Amino acid sequence: MSARPAEFVSHGLNADALRADARRESLGLLGLCSPGLVLVGIIIVLPIGWLFWLSLFDENGQLSGANYARFVEQASYIRTFITTFEVAFLVTGLCVLIGYPLAYMLSQLPRRAASVCLIFVVLPFWTSVLVRTYAWLVILQRKGLVNTWLIDLGLISQPLPLAHNFAGVIIGMTHIMLPFLVLPLYASMKTIDADYLCAAMNLGAPPTAAFWQVFFPLSLPGLAAGVVIVFILCLGFFVTPALMGGGKVVMWAMRMEQTTGLYSNWGAGSALGVVLLAVTLGLLGLFRWLLGARATSVWGAR
Amino acid sequence: MSTARSAPPINIRGIAKRFGSVPVLSGLDLDVASGEFLTLLGPSGSGKTTLLMILAGFVRANAGSIDIGGEEVITKPPHKRNIGMVFQNYALFPHMNVFHNIAFPLKQRRTSAAETAERVEKVLDLVQLQGLADRRVDQLSGGQRQRVALARAIVFEPRIVLMDEPLSALDKGLREHMQIELRSLHRRLGMTTVYVTHDQREAITMSDRIAVMNKGRIEQLDRPETLYARPRTRFVAGFIGESNFIPVESRDGSVWYAGKKVHTASPSPSSGRHWLVVRPERVRLAADAGLGANANMLHATVRDIVYQGDSFICYANLADGQQIALRDYCRSDVLARLPVAGQPVQLRVDAEDAILVADET
Amino acid sequence: MNDDIGLPISHWRRLWLYCVGALVLSFLIVPSLIIVPMSFSGSTLLRFPPESWSLRWYEAYFQSVEWRDATIVSLKAAVLTTVFATPIGTAAAYALNSGALRLAGFINVVLTASLIIPVILIGIGTFFLYARLGLNNTLTGLVLAHTVQAVPLVVLTVLSGFRSYDMNQERVARSLGAGRFSAFWQVTMPQIRFSIVSGALFAFITSFDEVVVSLFISGGETTTLTRRMFSALRDQIDPTIAAISTCLIVLSIVLLSAAQLFGRRR
Repeated sequence: MSARPAEFVSHGLNADALRADARRESLGLLGLCSPGLVLVGIIIVLPIGWLFWLSLFDENGQLSGANYARFVEQASYIRTFITTFEVAFLVTGLCVLIGYPLAYMLSQLPRRAASVCLIFVVLPFWTSVLVRTYAWLVILQRKGLVNTWLIDLGLISQPLPLAHNFAGVIIGMTHIMLPFLVLPLYASMKTIDADYLCAAMNLGAPPTAAFWQVFFPLSLPGLAAGVVIVFILCLGFFVTPALMGGGKVVMWAMRMEQTTGLYSNWGAGSALGVVLLAVTLGLLGLFRWLLGARATSVWGAR
Repeated sequence: MSTARSAPPINIRGIAKRFGSVPVLSGLDLDVASGEFLTLLGPSGSGKTTLLMILAGFVRANAGSIDIGGEEVITKPPHKRNIGMVFQNYALFPHMNVFHNIAFPLKQRRTSAAETAERVEKVLDLVQLQGLADRRVDQLSGGQRQRVALARAIVFEPRIVLMDEPLSALDKGLREHMQIELRSLHRRLGMTTVYVTHDQREAITMSDRIAVMNKGRIEQLDRPETLYARPRTRFVAGFIGESNFIPVESRDGSVWYAGKKVHTASPSPSSGRHWLVVRPERVRLAADAGLGANANMLHATVRDIVYQGDSFICYANLADGQQIALRDYCRSDVLARLPVAGQPVQLRVDAEDAILVADET
Repeated sequence: MNDDIGLPISHWRRLWLYCVGALVLSFLIVPSLIIVPMSFSGSTLLRFPPESWSLRWYEAYFQSVEWRDATIVSLKAAVLTTVFATPIGTAAAYALNSGALRLAGFINVVLTASLIIPVILIGIGTFFLYARLGLNNTLTGLVLAHTVQAVPLVVLTVLSGFRSYDMNQERVARSLGAGRFSAFWQVTMPQIRFSIVSGALFAFITSFDEVVVSLFISGGETTTLTRRMFSALRDQIDPTIAAISTCLIVLSIVLLSAAQLFGRRR
């Protein structure tokens, strides 16, 4: 009934026993997490830390920044970075361009229709990247479906170069990244109450104005989440550029594979990995700082 | 059921709980008598539910002692406390039928199948759910779910029963019915019961004693009548029932308002500012009756009369603009002399109805 | 929100939106579907629709020792990954959900780190580590690497299951005399089991479809299906891959429907 002085709390009745009890429970719960944590520690943290360590030494085992200096000195590296960012920006832009209308339509459809349409977004998500890349190769390559049709129709005489080049990479990657943008965007659009739009129209805004002034700003956090996820995944993407780039489009991840696999230059490859990780985490941090948001929320949607 | 004979008292000492750096309970003491129905009453955030969770063992206090019938339980896990608990949303197990829900605590105690069946049957009788043992939980009405939750909490004859706003999800009529039923069930079984609610009416209807909680402390612990008639703080007076608060000043052992001495039944307070608490139904239009020996007379101007069917409320302003409300039943003699807005009236407050509480602000 | 009360704008005026949406949806789904008829083609030429029909590419798939072995390796790895990742992820999700875990935010980030970290880095890193441990080209190594990637999906799926579960039920079970594990097993588990099953399906498909890390750490006897497909795609487009792809698409559809089915019953 009586309030006691504050210091009473820290060494009150049974305080030690209760603290020990709390510690025991926390340790028990930590124990439940420990298999996962140990696994992440050994399979992810340890090797990446090791690679980081390697990247600090040059070929002669001397501590140096040579592995990093290379990135600004050698034209081939600079070209790789430029290509990577070009692809990432283009793919992200295309995903926004075609993903936003799709998510908007899904959010406006009645629930049953929306869930049917959503299957078409989720199914590719669940289908192997290899299968989807293979499909595009079948469609776009020299003797692929598009070229065969166009030649059969007499529209062209020579096959168009659609695969094994920059365009092929962009098409293939856009296809693979699109669900990563649409799903979080759709989820955030679903939370926008239609009453807002009705209210806006009731207040005299024509549908277009209501959309741009009310709906669009409210959908921005979801859009931003999708954009960040897509952009980050693009930066480190390997499979599609490796298969559809025809060796001409060398992206960051491919460069890492070549440097470590082909040339066994672990220092250089590691340095590439470290910078890639830093850029990824930096972008995520920036995003989180800007929006205070759940950057990993897209994965929950899968 | 044999709970009555063995219901132990609960002695709570020095319970402290912080969430992060925010203190929720700071050194709280409370004694619940054997077989008592005690209610923790307070607004949300007053710490009443936290205290209940600490009693049940779901929230760990930072310090304190909980003694149940001579046994320290503060570090015991919930399943070894032998406490029956009813949650606000009932927390019935949807994947079990009524029988298995109620048999759950018996199963944990490895009671034989025959005895389980018998006891479940008996408790279903007790809560008037005969014949519903095979129902799925989602086939029950709100009131029935409430009864199943209650049956499950008492079937293993726990020494203590804790209830966290168990009736708040029911509609008004059913809620009032269940209040009376819970009360009579408690009388029959006599288990020590701690009940949490934010509904002061419910608390007054059901409890042997009420602990009014505010900001992690118990402001007052008393029988409902005492709590209503003799609130000890302004918070209690405001939380339980309606009250007029009139600022008064105490000096030289007397209480003064607007230059006049105020007669109160409260012991003479220390000097300084105080509040005079007057319940609206204790304010009388002076013409009602003759002047009592110890009555206070107040000049006021009627501002508005609000008719409420069985009763009316008269809002008036005292000379210095202080507002005061008066409530009375709509009896024909009262109605005959009802003042109109703008009319000056004399208000009477008897000394024993004028309660003095400290000015906490 | 009520579906019938829409905006005061007619479906007709939105026709353009539906057209765009339908186009984008077909962009998403048609490429994968086009594979299916092509896998029944009778010729080596990739033509749509195929000029003749046959099962020769399925025969080629099932009769090739290499493809069959690779499929078995992938299946083994996926089953083992599921077996390990599901309990590990569920236990972690339980602890994260309890609210009594210190540093829960940090632990959450660590456990789900493999979703954020570029896969290529995990591939190179594990290859580098396994070279020293002798785990390259072993099933053990493969399962370990896949489990790390599958655990976050199980954690997130089960956590989302916990979000729609009323923890008071476990509390009440404990107050009624069940110990913590017993309360989880008797009351919580039966109610979140659909999330756990969905999580397990995610784990399975994650492992089965994993390409990049497998490229680095699998080979020889333990070459995974995806690794063999990747090499085959680099060299030449063989319609056998259309047959394999069709099988994978069917597998995806089956797993997705299972997950949806379980998800609805939650």
